[in-house]
Amino acid sequence: MNRLVPWYVLLSPLASAVGITVLFRRAKALSSVVSNAAVLVSFVCSCWIFLQPNISAPEPNWIDIPGIFQVPLGLTLDKLSKTMLVLVSGVGALIHIYSLGYMRDDEGKSRYFAALSLFMFAMLGIVLANNFIMLFIFWELVGFTSYVLIGHWFERDAAADAAKKAFLTNRVGDFGFMVGILMVWMATGSIVFSDIVPQMSKLTVNPGYLAIAALLIFCGAAAKSAQFPLHVWLPDAMEGPTPVSALIHAATMVAAGVYMLARVAFVIQSSQDALLVITWIGAVTATMSALIATQQDDIKRILAYSTLSQLGYMIMAVGLASNEAAIFHLFTHAFFKALLFLGAGCIIVMLHHEQNIWNMGGLARNLPITFLTFAVGTLALIGCPPFSGFFSKDAILALAYARNVPIFVFALFTAALTAFYMARLFIVVFLGKPRSANAKSSDEAPLVMLVPLIILAVLSTVGGFSFFARHFVVVPHEKELIIFVPALAIGAMIIGLGSSLALYRNQTSEPLDAQLLRRRFYIDDFYDWLINSTQELLARITAFFDRWIIDAGGVHGVTGGTWGSGALLRLLQVGNLQAYSFLFGLGIVFLIYFTIFR
Amino acid sequence: MATLGDYLIVSGILFTIGFAGTMLRRNIIIILMSLELMFNAANLSLVAFSRFHTGTNGLPNYNAQVFVFFIITVAAAEVAVGLAIVVALYRARQTTHIEDIANLKF
Repeated sequence: MNRLVPWYVLLSPLASAVGITVLFRRAKALSSVVSNAAVLVSFVCSCWIFLQPNISAPEPNWIDIPGIFQVPLGLTLDKLSKTMLVLVSGVGALIHIYSLGYMRDDEGKSRYFAALSLFMFAMLGIVLANNFIMLFIFWELVGFTSYVLIGHWFERDAAADAAKKAFLTNRVGDFGFMVGILMVWMATGSIVFSDIVPQMSKLTVNPGYLAIAALLIFCGAAAKSAQFPLHVWLPDAMEGPTPVSALIHAATMVAAGVYMLARVAFVIQSSQDALLVITWIGAVTATMSALIATQQDDIKRILAYSTLSQLGYMIMAVGLASNEAAIFHLFTHAFFKALLFLGAGCIIVMLHHEQNIWNMGGLARNLPITFLTFAVGTLALIGCPPFSGFFSKDAILALAYARNVPIFVFALFTAALTAFYMARLFIVVFLGKPRSANAKSSDEAPLVMLVPLIILAVLSTVGGFSFFARHFVVVPHEKELIIFVPALAIGAMIIGLGSSLALYRNQTSEPLDAQLLRRRFYIDDFYDWLINSTQELLARITAFFDRWIIDAGGVHGVTGGTWGSGALLRLLQVGNLQAYSFLFGLGIVFLIYFTIFR
Repeated sequence: MATLGDYLIVSGILFTIGFAGTMLRRNIIIILMSLELMFNAANLSLVAFSRFHTGTNGLPNYNAQVFVFFIITVAAAEVAVGLAIVVALYRARQTTHIEDIANLKF
């Protein structure tokens, strides 16, 4: 009985998704209640599992080809996955509750909650999977639900395009992931994590092979966790409803990449070259997206780029072979980024879907609770002690300092930039004078939206202290306490804060104008150009082939030939019975002639 | 005493008459009659072959004559069917001229 609890965690959101889709699609209120109940069941079960010292779940076999290929439907239940379970279902539950307020009057409320439940199922599946095949299936399912949720308001072209972009970009990465899985399977003959681990040390394959396998697996993570060069979908994904941005594109799904890398660390860490590449990709992503974030005007886009940047930190830590630091940052980031997104959601709703920060201003007075919680989130994000972000970011910085100094420089620079753009956002949105009628007349959000904010604010505050965090994650502690690193980090933060304060205090429009950053380093334009040129060429060639070889030669050739020979043969049909019988007789005469006289 | 050759010549003349009738006449009933003529030309030659093909005991080979009886029976049945078709055709089209019956030609 108790052994089935992990399966309840996984299956209750699925039951909710199926139930809503099949049974009560029309009943909007009921759908939202069912979805919330399902995620709460998951959360309670997760907490129960978390408190059990050792627990195992039944493991039915799914595919069983003896000697070649076995896929069990097994669940991993170690410390890492237990923590992720609580984190995902907990943040998920808060966001479900918040959605009750945010999506109150939405037309597609049932569809929204069904997709949200399906997403929870997929995400919990990723966390629990104990083999590559299950992981990959849930991985794709997460990609699909993300597509559905980004495109929730599909009547808007921008949302539909963003959904497509997210899906296609993820497919690119997933293809690499799939090839990587196949390479690991070829090398070890197994796809179950616990079976692969003992084999990794005695593998005799070429180190280059392992490096390629590791990098291909990283490809999947790079797409989901939006790392350069596959990061382009995440900022556009902000077209979805804000709770979705908070759940999928801040706290859980994008963290799936990092979680996956930690889960398959035995592959990743088998190749030093791969690790180095991963580290640099993390560093480049972190710095680049922090730079872009300084010049964006849409509140959600700023947060999206900030997410990219923080994910860059996590990937950096993975690359530096420290999963503890990465998961620690993932843990704290999930709280404060969800908090920031939900706060932004409150602002957006209360300002009647205004997202441009230059049309806000002075919101501190009208939305006091949002203001306070947002402040907590901001402080946590920029790494101000004693908020949670300080501890986790400090762990990564110390790690970088100890292992790779150039990376440390990048990370420190990014920390300063983070403080700069978050302070810019904060000052422009909350301080100064209201710059639009909506901002002037805005009001505080309803209670159902504020409660998750408050809970998350508390968690963002205490999440970093080791007395709290050590129950959930392995808190990395520096062996020889380098006072130097936190001091530098705080210095960078103060520089960022100070310059932002000097630049943006009492401004009514953007004082800086950096087209390079505003246009996001022209990466999207470059992709546009690349796809236009290559795909257009390919399309022209295939169109030519289709029109002139297949259509004209094949299809029309066959029909024309048949028609023409029919027209010729028709001339033989004179319609005279006696002519036919004459020809018939003539034929017989010829037959006799040929059989007898030849 | 008629020889085998005489019989075969008569048979050939009958066949030619039947063939010419089939080819040249326009009336379906005449064509059917001409067909019968060709049948019987073939029967005649079979009987002639039988009569002149004597075995070691001096008796002709009767197989061919039995065969001819079968042909006569089958031909009678065929004529019954053929005439029934002609009657049905006449009722439908009020004609027995084959030139008026060329509907299958596209």
